[in-house]
Amino acid sequence: MARQTSARERQTTHFPAFETDAPIDHAASLDPFQALVKRLSECYGPSGSEEQIRDLVRDEIKNFVDQVRVDALGNLIAQRRGSGSHRKKIMLAAHLDELGLMVTFIDGRGFCRFGALGHVKPLTLLGARVRFGNGTMGVIGCEANHAASDEIDMDALFLDLGVTASSSPSVQIGDSACFVREFVETGDLLVGKALDDRAGCAVLVETLRQLRKSPHDLYFAFTVQQKVGARGAGAAAFAIQPDAAFVVDTAATNDTPGAASGGVALSQGPVIKIRDQGALTSPSARQMLQHAAREAHVSIQLDVKPRSNGDSMPIQASRQGVPTAALALPIRHHNTTSEMIHRADAENTVKLLLALLSKPI
Amino acid sequence: MLLEKLSNARGVSGDESAVRAIIAEQLQKYADEYRIDALGNLIACKRAARRAGARVKVLIAAHMDEIGLLVTHVDREGLIQFDKVGGIDDRILPGKSVLVGASCIAGVIGFKPRHRSSESERKKVIAHTDLRIDIGATSREDAARVVAPGDYVTFSTIYAPFGKNCVRGKALDDRAGCALLLELVRDTYPFELYAGFTTQEEIGLRGARVAGYSVAPDIALVLEATICDDSPKTREQSPTTRLGAGPALTLADRRLLADKGLVRLFTDTAREHKIPLQFKQPLVGSTDAGILHRVRAGVPSAVLSLPARYIHSPAAIISLDDYNNALRLLRATLPRLANGINHHG
Repeated sequence: MARQTSARERQTTHFPAFETDAPIDHAASLDPFQALVKRLSECYGPSGSEEQIRDLVRDEIKNFVDQVRVDALGNLIAQRRGSGSHRKKIMLAAHLDELGLMVTFIDGRGFCRFGALGHVKPLTLLGARVRFGNGTMGVIGCEANHAASDEIDMDALFLDLGVTASSSPSVQIGDSACFVREFVETGDLLVGKALDDRAGCAVLVETLRQLRKSPHDLYFAFTVQQKVGARGAGAAAFAIQPDAAFVVDTAATNDTPGAASGGVALSQGPVIKIRDQGALTSPSARQMLQHAAREAHVSIQLDVKPRSNGDSMPIQASRQGVPTAALALPIRHHNTTSEMIHRADAENTVKLLLALLSKPI
Repeated sequence: MLLEKLSNARGVSGDESAVRAIIAEQLQKYADEYRIDALGNLIACKRAARRAGARVKVLIAAHMDEIGLLVTHVDREGLIQFDKVGGIDDRILPGKSVLVGASCIAGVIGFKPRHRSSESERKKVIAHTDLRIDIGATSREDAARVVAPGDYVTFSTIYAPFGKNCVRGKALDDRAGCALLLELVRDTYPFELYAGFTTQEEIGLRGARVAGYSVAPDIALVLEATICDDSPKTREQSPTTRLGAGPALTLADRRLLADKGLVRLFTDTAREHKIPLQFKQPLVGSTDAGILHRVRAGVPSAVLSLPARYIHSPAAIISLDDYNNALRLLRATLPRLANGINHHG
């Protein structure tokens, strides 16, 4: 099994682009892990339209797994068989989908009205650029009599696809768009759209690449439709029937101006979500993570704020029940087009997972 | 006509037996077998016409239950307190004629006369908890002879023709879907058809969950009546659907992102057969498909609906043209599901 240069084996000092006069080719200056996050972050894949991101992830992992399939809802499920005599079935899950907009109405002049896929914040919308699966670009505008208002009413916004009197829109009602935002890295910080949960996907991809041997049968599930209510993961769990499951997602930090005290901070390590709105992390699965963290010398953070509803709930409640833990990367500016993670958190999450999966449980 | 009989039948969520009896009578004639499960779902099977190729199971579902009211308490004066069952707007309740309990006691949802209401009272929506059903009883004891807490209450609307090839009736959501499904059961298809007449949809898609689990279908299709908000407006962003513009296909609603392969199949078939078809405004409403697509290892699902004006009120209106076009479209599309639907590669 091929093994790429580990991201953590590279020690590079990054300087912000504005300190140099020469134009920088960003893609060329990225190390393999950054380049992976960039590819995943910039890929199109709002809830329900995960085809492109699924193909990309399948490409990234195909050389490191024994079998890969797509289920009826579109979940990508990769299997790697283990070698142990007392092996368990372990499921790891990260969601493919991202926030998006769906066209709900197209007027006579080609302007589109839209609804949100996931918790899109109206504040992030004005002037935003979006892209559809077929490449069509759009800009979000606001009705003239609302533009001066401080509050943004979604009903007053529309999508301008640049349709003119002599052209017609190249999208239809029900088509979905994702936001457009270039991935950037400044030192150890990785910034881009959809890092919830493409950062989690990157961690799973990297784990698959670095993992040499596991006693367990491993199932890596890249799930669909998480942002609209964790609709995909349950189907994957039903098919896999795991003995334990670990969801790798993101956790919003409390380390920015105006944030409530407590909570988690960027760069302070992977987060175990004690609970989210739909599930309590199973104590047995939590102990496995904490044990693995100690073994890997990775410090972890605990998050008890039930902020959102993740893939844990449908997995944990699947069939007769599955011990499930929610592991997360700290993320700043959550649900905006500039979500920010720290690469040390990503690398430490990979280390933790490698320790977890390498030994009998 | 069957739709008339189904519309007039009384069957608030949890009390679907009268509707189930009408449907079972039909199924005896046309289905290969049927059963009633623990939650009251009526599930019929129609075996495949040919045994060739892959064996595909298609579940087509329509819910039997309707929105209504539930008696919670009888006042000392003999007036009846009630709760709502399903999504009912408090604004439509005052002054409506209703039928109370299994013995169909006539009632009126009483309210203070306009003449005695202040200006501010007349502008206010009366909460349903402040309304009472009057059945002409003179005391609690008098009322208790015919009414008890837990009795169901329905609107007393009688089905009737309306306008140009339309009908007016209560509970067309989703008796219209039940009627369509009963017509489909008469035919055979190149797959195993499971017709699921579900319970308790209006209070949270409760019946469909177990029906989906036990049938374990490869494909699920829900037949519904849906919001039709096509009255003239000053600022039109989207009518949810338009009456008479054909059946409405769901692309996405609050609980479902419809399977793209099924959407394409219906759309292509409608175009090829020149059958009118409209898209329902995305991200509005929800149906049994919101549960069915998530059962077991996931089920590709779609929803076809009839536009129904004044849905969730005493009198909804649907177009029989839409009804017939839905039937045509289903008959043209279903045979193409012989090999299932697989587009994720």
